[in-house]
Amino acid sequence: MQLDDLYRRVIMDHYKNPRNRGQFGEGESVAIDLNNPTCGDRITLQMKVKDGKVEAAKFVGEGCSISMSSASMMTDAVKGKTLDEALQMAENFSGLMKGEHPEFEYEDIEALSGVSKFPARIKCATLAWNALRKGIDQAKGQGEA
Amino acid sequence: MNTSAIRELFPILHQEVNGHPLVYLDSSATSQKPVSVIEALKTYYEFDNANVHRGVHTLGSRATDAYEGARAKLARFIGAKSEKEIVFTRGTTTAINLVASSYARSVCGEGDEIVITPMEHHSNLIPWQQAAKATGATLKYIPLQPDGSIAIADVEKTITSRTKMVAVAYVSNVLGVINPVKEMAAIAHKHGAKILLDGAQSTPHMKVNVQELDCDFYALSGHKMCGPTGIGALYGKKALLEQMEPVEFGGEMIDHVDLYESTWKELPWKFEGGTPIIAGAVGLGAAIDFLNDIGMDEIDKHDRKLAAYAVERLQAIEDVTIYGPLQNRTGLVTFNVGDVHPHDVATVLDAEGSRCGPATIAASRSCAG
Repeated sequence: MQLDDLYRRVIMDHYKNPRNRGQFGEGESVAIDLNNPTCGDRITLQMKVKDGKVEAAKFVGEGCSISMSSASMMTDAVKGKTLDEALQMAENFSGLMKGEHPEFEYEDIEALSGVSKFPARIKCATLAWNALRKGIDQAKGQGEA
Repeated sequence: MNTSAIRELFPILHQEVNGHPLVYLDSSATSQKPVSVIEALKTYYEFDNANVHRGVHTLGSRATDAYEGARAKLARFIGAKSEKEIVFTRGTTTAINLVASSYARSVCGEGDEIVITPMEHHSNLIPWQQAAKATGATLKYIPLQPDGSIAIADVEKTITSRTKMVAVAYVSNVLGVINPVKEMAAIAHKHGAKILLDGAQSTPHMKVNVQELDCDFYALSGHKMCGPTGIGALYGKKALLEQMEPVEFGGEMIDHVDLYESTWKELPWKFEGGTPIIAGAVGLGAAIDFLNDIGMDEIDKHDRKLAAYAVERLQAIEDVTIYGPLQNRTGLVTFNVGDVHPHDVATVLDAEGSRCGPATIAASRSCAG
């Protein structure tokens, strides 16, 4: 188990320079708040969804390098994807955390593969993706209504 | 103190983690267990296991003697007047909940006050939130000084004649500070209020005498003082425990049972419904013997020496912020490294073989968990 596997340069880059950090105006998007009570990590994820596609996603939150870099990558990766494609990506991410090797069109995500070797940190990496799953559920619910 | 000989007594430390000898720094979350405690559990299960207070057979008497013997040991260890004042619980949380659910709800009403501090662990916060909601009492906080300590003047200001209950940690799990609980007890009593001390972090590290402190209730956990998980205790002054109603009903706690009415056993058993945590109590007794063999004054002295060393070395590192007062503290030191998230610090330390408490480190940022 090497620390270098966990803290790769690309992860630290997303942590120091997060993509899509911020918020949309009120009523423009689906919003999800999630937290991790054991460590205090928090994320608010917003997604603009139109015609079953994620037009854009933004997040604000507080947390460690793993949780925040994962949120940065996720919000970038789902841009332009259909809700089903985004859900598949969340599935693939769960696989990555189990030590599987799924491929991601947004390659930066694969840098998080090292997290699978640090069981205590998996919940950090999955926080944003769990918010994504909830957001997809919410958007689909609104689509049907 | 012969620390290397003592270290030898902890089997769990005889291992490597991530290729380094294990250094365990998370004792404030739970302490490791010496071989004597592990052996006591094993011996109890191998030779003495039976239910207590009823068996007319040899094992039943042995188990009862072992269980009640542990209660007497604990009573002596914290300076209680009698073992009747020691109620075994699952831990500090259950002990505090017992007081909040039983005593506090019977004495608090609309307009009364429950006083706590912002540095309390969730176990000494949520039960009081709930008791306040249930009774219409107001939950009040004694403000902290910038360094995290409690000023007596603020205690004087916050506790009033409407205060019925004061609850405070003897030693804070967030800041490591030792609070002026004896003075706080005197102020509470002047106003006719009762005081509960959360002793989870103090009992393992210093000599405690509940009569000297003159606290009304004192809660502690076995697993933080080298004992097993699942056992703890509530100390309460006899007169107060006597006026309290049990909150758990069933076997072991009843005196006389009728179809529609029942009566309770005398202290402390009326609070111990169901088969008690017998092995846990036996293990706790062994843990008390272990601590007494080293000596609580020795442990206290060693702890303060370690804390002073840790603070000195941490202060020498650029970017490290230490929380809590630098004086009057135990061996628990909370810090942050620059703007690095505490989780990341803990992972790096773990990779070097030390078990650090991310929850405790994180506590400085967000919560008192």
